Amino acid sequence: MKKTIALLSLTFLVVSAVVLSSAYKVGDTITDFKLKNIDDKLVSLSDYKEAKGYIIVFTCNHCPYAKAYEDRIIDLQNKYGKIYPVIAINPNDAVKYPDDSFENMKKRAKEKKFPFVYLHDESQSVAQLFGATKTPHVYLIQKEGVKNVIKYIGAIDNNYQDAKAATEFYVVDAIAALEAGKDISIKETKAIGCGIKWKE
Amino acid sequence: MKIFICWALLMGLIFFQGDVEVIKWAALEEYMDKKEDKIKVINFWATWCKPCMDELPYFEQIHEEYKDKNIEVLLVSLDQASMKDKVKASLKKNNVTAKAVLLDEVDFNKWINLVDTTWSGSIPATLIISKNNTSKTFYERQFTKQQLEELIHSLKP
Repeated sequence: MKKTIALLSLTFLVVSAVVLSSAYKVGDTITDFKLKNIDDKLVSLSDYKEAKGYIIVFTCNHCPYAKAYEDRIIDLQNKYGKIYPVIAINPNDAVKYPDDSFENMKKRAKEKKFPFVYLHDESQSVAQLFGATKTPHVYLIQKEGVKNVIKYIGAIDNNYQDAKAATEFYVVDAIAALEAGKDISIKETKAIGCGIKWKE
Repeated sequence: MKIFICWALLMGLIFFQGDVEVIKWAALEEYMDKKEDKIKVINFWATWCKPCMDELPYFEQIHEEYKDKNIEVLLVSLDQASMKDKVKASLKKNNVTAKAVLLDEVDFNKWINLVDTTWSGSIPATLIISKNNTSKTFYERQFTKQQLEELIHSLKP
């Protein structure tokens, strides 16, 4: 009996791994979504008629890595917002992390004067669709005609502790390459982050 | 008497638990690659990570139960090196005696894939290396007590 349970658990683990790998990859076209912003208005990618693309960042209030990158996300919006607006999305279950509730998102955005939209993925469907696993987790998107194509997935840079000590600026470099019509040299990076808290 | 004090000090050093060595990736890689006659259970965690803290006691239980049965638990903290004291305090609070290190490597992209190519980077995460390094299994997830016990039992140490 114990063996059967063990086998079943293992099967479950393997199946979960397979489900996770069905996430969006670089080169994939993403589906647009509609999520509530901290000003209570619904936001979709298609609202940004002038944009050449988007910097979609799954982030949240409570995670120390997300906090460490807040100022850098603000900088990205200030620098590239007109052509590549930052779309910040908090997908965390507020029951497990009350810090990440919609009310607290509003508070945090006000405290930090977020110059970008901060959307609440309450049903977690957008994070699931993307296959986002952690915060912060960046997806750089470029508009190609009617399609929104993923060009880069990963971290913002290579030093979460100290922005000044970073030596590789993945998102900035990827945007520069897109703007220059060149191939992006690093299309995907990995970083430690806070696992997205899924609803039970 | 002197001999006794020396012996007591020595035993104290040997059994002194709760210290956390700050290591670099090269040291962890060497540990992972070294072929040894034991199963290595390597858990990546951090003090700020609630699900990690939830499962920490289960890893300690596995350590207690299997330390003499060829299973070695290694807890790898991904906290900032400057948080070493907090790491030590939280291990102490949880009565953890399993071996613990703090991996001081912020350039994550350089080493995450070397742990496992399927790891997206969220924690908790656990790598299990079989005896003599013949196979590796990686779990990017949180375990319940029962799930971890069943998994370890299925390894048949």
